[in-house]
Amino acid sequence: MERFEDIKSKLIPFDMTNVDTDQIIPKQFLKLIQKTGYGGFLFYDWRFDQDGTPKKEFVLNEPKYNKRQVLLTRDNFGCGSSREHAVWALYDYGIRVVIASSFADIFYNNCFKKGLLPIYLSKDKVQYLFDLAKKDDPVVDISLANQAISISEKTISFDIDLTRKKMLVEGIDEISYTLSFDDQISNYEKASKDADCNKFMVKN
Amino acid sequence: MQKTLFDKIWESHVVIDDNQNESADNSNGPALLYIDRHLVHEVTSPQAFASLKQSGRKVRRPNLTIATTDHNVSTESRSLPIVDEVSKTQLETLSRNCKEFGITIYDMKSPDQGIVHVIGPELGFTLPGTTIVCGDSHTSTHGAFGALAFGIGTSEVEHVLATQCLWMYKPRSFLINIEGNLSKRHAITSKDIILNIIRKIGTDGGTGMVFEYRGDVISELSMEQRMTICNMSIEGGARAGLIAPDKTTFDYLRGREYAPNESELDNLIEFWKSNLKSDENAGFDRVETINVDKLAPQISWGTNPSMVVDITDSVPSPEEYAKNDENKRKLAIRALKYMDLKPGMPMTHVHVDRVFIGSCTNSRLEDLMEASLVVKGRKVSTNVRAMVVPGSQKVKLQAEKIGLDKIFKDAGFEWRESGCSMCLGMNPDILLPGERCASTSNRNFEGRQGSGGRTHLVSPIMAAACAIQGHFVDVRNWL
Repeated sequence: MERFEDIKSKLIPFDMTNVDTDQIIPKQFLKLIQKTGYGGFLFYDWRFDQDGTPKKEFVLNEPKYNKRQVLLTRDNFGCGSSREHAVWALYDYGIRVVIASSFADIFYNNCFKKGLLPIYLSKDKVQYLFDLAKKDDPVVDISLANQAISISEKTISFDIDLTRKKMLVEGIDEISYTLSFDDQISNYEKASKDADCNKFMVKN
Repeated sequence: MQKTLFDKIWESHVVIDDNQNESADNSNGPALLYIDRHLVHEVTSPQAFASLKQSGRKVRRPNLTIATTDHNVSTESRSLPIVDEVSKTQLETLSRNCKEFGITIYDMKSPDQGIVHVIGPELGFTLPGTTIVCGDSHTSTHGAFGALAFGIGTSEVEHVLATQCLWMYKPRSFLINIEGNLSKRHAITSKDIILNIIRKIGTDGGTGMVFEYRGDVISELSMEQRMTICNMSIEGGARAGLIAPDKTTFDYLRGREYAPNESELDNLIEFWKSNLKSDENAGFDRVETINVDKLAPQISWGTNPSMVVDITDSVPSPEEYAKNDENKRKLAIRALKYMDLKPGMPMTHVHVDRVFIGSCTNSRLEDLMEASLVVKGRKVSTNVRAMVVPGSQKVKLQAEKIGLDKIFKDAGFEWRESGCSMCLGMNPDILLPGERCASTSNRNFEGRQGSGGRTHLVSPIMAAACAIQGHFVDVRNWL
């Protein structure tokens, strides 16, 4: 996993609720067998016409939002399909932080596997950031270590579970970490062989 | 302490609890859960296997994983080659990976091939009290057996392959009581029940939670009907939905390939009966009750599965849907535009171009039997192209044995090979831009069934009646 580095960027005001992963990365791009190269397909059906021409009115196509790293959005971002490709596409495109008033569970979980930081804030705070982005359009400083979003004089703090924070800050490989508990896993397997609830007959 | 069914399954699978996990520094950290069953398909697994290989790791317990090809497969004919080279590569990659890592695969040539959430239960791979994962959000389906089953991303697929475990934050619990009497109301199906639940709680009503469905109605439902309900838990935001196993569950398991043999099963059933249910006074974080006595057939009008009305209703206005929530109002305006619908138009006036009966929600034998009752002796409207895509090769064969294929084909339906098909249109089964479809699937998102396509979610009998009439109808008048 990529280590999360603190971010200085202006916001991309993505004023939508219930953005599902089918929109973030449409199914026609799920046939690849790699983890990279999805950035060009991000929000494909919203970004491009049938003939592949960028739609002018779509927010990501506005030149001023180019290269910004923080996506600001609303409720239930990332709902629907479990496709981790959604996270890969956002990351590949250059997004490093998604701020939303809430996230769907699987998407939220998937973010941490890649090093994308999902930040949930109250609806009021999200609205405040939208107002700010539309008016002054300031640069925001996002520090994971301090769990803080700083905009000129003001600081908004955010919550994140400490384990997840540590994984992101250190870019820990989760599988290596889990395999360090190999003895406990083996003990569980031995113990459960004799437990009724796990006495399954598995073919072959 | 009084415990929920979910608490019990969770606790029996904890390998390391959060307090022992030194890195957590807090009491609400994740627990390492043991995973009993892992289902794999071609779309969300290639990167997991590739990464496993790259790091020189093995699959810890290859016999706890099974694989199938479902998302990409053609439903036209199993004897034709796959035209799409990219799809072909993905299918071949899965076969190669399974061979290399010693995982059983039910591929396109197998008589057991089918949608991953159809074949898991069918093979008896899905058992009560187990933990089940798959790189697919509709893994919640298996909760119908009293298994804790949830969708995961590709990194977690790799994690389970390598360790047979997952780090999980314990979700909260949400009890959904379903009361009433369905016995004289044959036109009201479990699809209508779950659509009605999502309509009430919203697409994020269950975020961070696990549902337990309970009540008189649930007890009366067959396993297949229960699977339809649990399948769409994710559409209400919950990663998992559970139903306590009972006699219906146990009877279903007997004789299935991976299920324990008779004598062992009897012992297990005794154990399951006494352990796999919520304690009488167990507390839930949220409780909702719905009564089905006055439930009408449900139909979606918008672009998420909470945008649902009764078939007797009209298309709602954004204000009616939003109930003073400005963001929801904007969402509804967008949805109406995408769906090309005007508020006030009766749902029964909405005409369709396509009808799709299939998907992990509604492609099992009972779904097809019910739909056939409506179709028998009638003809598909000349303006409609309708298809039936059985959930598995076994479903297809069983249906053909009792002549369902003939009923559908005589009426003008296409009778297809098994796969995910037009639920998400990764294979050639897609809607064209602007086409409108009555679909028994689970998601009506923009472009889900094809870029620019318009989806209305309904039950199999509603979809069947719509195919005949060319527009939506209140199927209660037909049965």
